[in-house]
Amino acid sequence: MTLAIKASGLAKAYGDVIALNGIDIEVEQGTVLGLLGPNGSGKTTTVRILATLLQADSGSASVGGFDVATQQDEVRSVIGLTGQYAAVDEYLTGRENLELFGRLFHLSKFDAAKRAAELLDRFDLTDAADRGIKGYSGGMRRRLDLAASLIGRPNVLFLDEPTTGLDPRSRQGMWEVIEALVADGTTVLLTTQYLEEADQLADRIVVLDHGNVIAQGTSDQLKSQVGGDRIEIVLENVSEIARAAELIAEFGSAPATTEDVTKTVLLPVAGGSTAIVNIVRKLDENKISIADIALRRPTLDDVFLSLTGHAAEDKTETLDSPKGRRGRKARR
Amino acid sequence: MSTATQTSVKENTAPRPKLGWLVTDSIAVSRRHLLKITRVPESLFFALIQPVMFVLLFAFVFGGAIDVGPNGAQSYREYLIPGILAQTVMFAVAGITVGITEDASKGIMDRFRSLPMRPGAVLTGHTLASLLQNTLVIGILSVTGYAVGWRIHNGASDAALAYLMFALFAYAITWVGAWIGLKMPNTEVASTAGLAWIFPFTFASNIFTPVATMPTWLQPFVLWNPVSCLALSARQLFGNPTPLLGDSFPERYPVQLSFAYAILLLAIFAPLAVRAFKTRNK
Repeated sequence: MTLAIKASGLAKAYGDVIALNGIDIEVEQGTVLGLLGPNGSGKTTTVRILATLLQADSGSASVGGFDVATQQDEVRSVIGLTGQYAAVDEYLTGRENLELFGRLFHLSKFDAAKRAAELLDRFDLTDAADRGIKGYSGGMRRRLDLAASLIGRPNVLFLDEPTTGLDPRSRQGMWEVIEALVADGTTVLLTTQYLEEADQLADRIVVLDHGNVIAQGTSDQLKSQVGGDRIEIVLENVSEIARAAELIAEFGSAPATTEDVTKTVLLPVAGGSTAIVNIVRKLDENKISIADIALRRPTLDDVFLSLTGHAAEDKTETLDSPKGRRGRKARR
Repeated sequence: MSTATQTSVKENTAPRPKLGWLVTDSIAVSRRHLLKITRVPESLFFALIQPVMFVLLFAFVFGGAIDVGPNGAQSYREYLIPGILAQTVMFAVAGITVGITEDASKGIMDRFRSLPMRPGAVLTGHTLASLLQNTLVIGILSVTGYAVGWRIHNGASDAALAYLMFALFAYAITWVGAWIGLKMPNTEVASTAGLAWIFPFTFASNIFTPVATMPTWLQPFVLWNPVSCLALSARQLFGNPTPLLGDSFPERYPVQLSFAYAILLLAIFAPLAVRAFKTRNK
C-alpha cells in the first residue's frame, strides 16, 4: 500500500487555543478520506498544514512522498487545493483565471490555454468562460475553483468544505464531479461538516473534535459502533401497533419500540434486508396494512452524538442536504 | 490522471533556474493586475484625475500667493509640476497598500500559495503593474503641466534622468506600501494606515512651498525628506525654479541622494515585504 498522505503528531495552536492536538492521518493512494467534524474541530487547520499554507507547531507530514515543511515546492507541484471560498480573481473572467493559474503552475502559454479550455469544458463553464467571475453563481464559482485546483493534474486533492453554502442541486453536481475525479485515481482529502457528504464520498472517515481524532474507519464501521440496522414500519392504523410489534418480535435482535403518534414500530435487526421480507410477509398474513417500511442504518449524526456526547454543530444540515437525512432510505 | 502527464509537467518545471521563474511568474501576476485595471477603469480614472486636480488647484488658486521666482504665477507653475509628480508617486502607494491587504485576506492568496510559483512574484507582479500605472499617470501629468505652462528647459538626457528617477523611486516606495499592506488586518485599516504615513512626507516637503517659508525646527526634516529631494532633483534636471535654503548636503546633491534613497528603500522593504508575505497567516 502506498500512502499519498501521511501525517503524524500534527499539532498547532493559535495563542492559547489548541487547533490540533497531535493527530495522525494516513491516506492511501487513490482513496478518499473524509475529515469530519463541526466548526473549530481542526479540519481546516489540518488541510492548511498539509497543503503547505500553514506551519505545524510540531509533528511531521508528507504528501505525495514529499515533506510539507522542507519540500514545499515539490508538494505544491503534486497537490490541488479548493478552499471554503472561491480562491479566484473576481475581476477576471473564468478563462483568464485558469490561464493565470496555469502559467503560475509553469505550463507554457499554449498548454495553459489548452488546459483552461479543457477544464472549462469539463466543468460546464464554457458558455461563461469569457464573463467576469462577479456574474457567476455560487455553484459556478465553486466549479471554477475546483477547476483551478486541477490545473496541474494533481495526484492529491484537498477539498476544504467543497459544498458549504451551495444549494442542493449545486451540491449534487459537485459530488458528481468529485466522484468522477476519484474514479480517475486522484487521492482526495475532503473536509466536511455534512455527515451525509462524508458518507457519500469517503472511503474512510476520520472524525475530529476539538483538535483530536475521536474515531476513524469506514462509514459502516463507524455506524456499527452505535448499533446495527433498524427496521422502521409505519402502519395504517394506530390500533394495530401493539399486535404488530408482537408478531414481528421474532425477527428482531432486540425488543421493538413503538411510537403511537407516528404509528411507527422500530425493530433492531441483525439481518438487514432479509428481515424486511419476513416482516412484510408476516404482517400481510395477519392483515395488518403497512403505510411505509424502510431499513434504517445509523446516520453519522448518531455516530457523532454517541462519540462526543454532543451533536455535530451545524443545525442547518438537515435543511441543506439534498435528500432530507431523516427520510432517506437506507443505502448500502 | 496518468503518471506520464504528471512527469511531463514536472520536467517542464525542472530546468529553469529560480530567478527565471521569478521573472515569468511576476509577468503573469502583473498581467492579472493590468487586466483588473481594464475591468475597473474607474480606478485608473480617479488615479489620474486627482493629481490633475491638484495641478489646476495649486496652479491657479494658490499659485499667486506663493513666491518662488521673478515671474510670479508662471514661476510657481514651473516649480509646482515636479512637486506634483513627486506627490503623485507617493499617493499611488496608498492604492497598492489597500490592494495587497485585500488580496491577502482573500482566498486567492491561498491559491497562489498552493501553486509551485515563486512566492515573491505575487508582490513583484503587483508592484510592476503599479509601476506601469504610475508611469502612465506621470505621463498624463506632464502633459497637463505643459498645458498650464510648465516647460523642460534643460536637455533631453537630463529630463530622461529625471523620469528614470521618478520611476525608480515610485517602484521602490510601492514596496513600503506592500509591506504595510501585508501587516494590516483588513482593508478598512489599510486604507487609513496606507495614507497616514504618506501625509507628513508629502506635505512637510518642498513640493508646494519653498523650505525657507517653514519654521526652522521643521527645516531639517523637510530638507532630508526623500520627497523633497525627489522634487528638488527634478526641478534641477528640468531647469525649473529651485529656491534653495542654503548649502546643505541634500540641497547640493539631491539627484544622488534621491537615487540612494530609492535603492535603500528597495533594499530594506522588498525583503521585508516578501518575508511578511511568507509569514502572513502562518
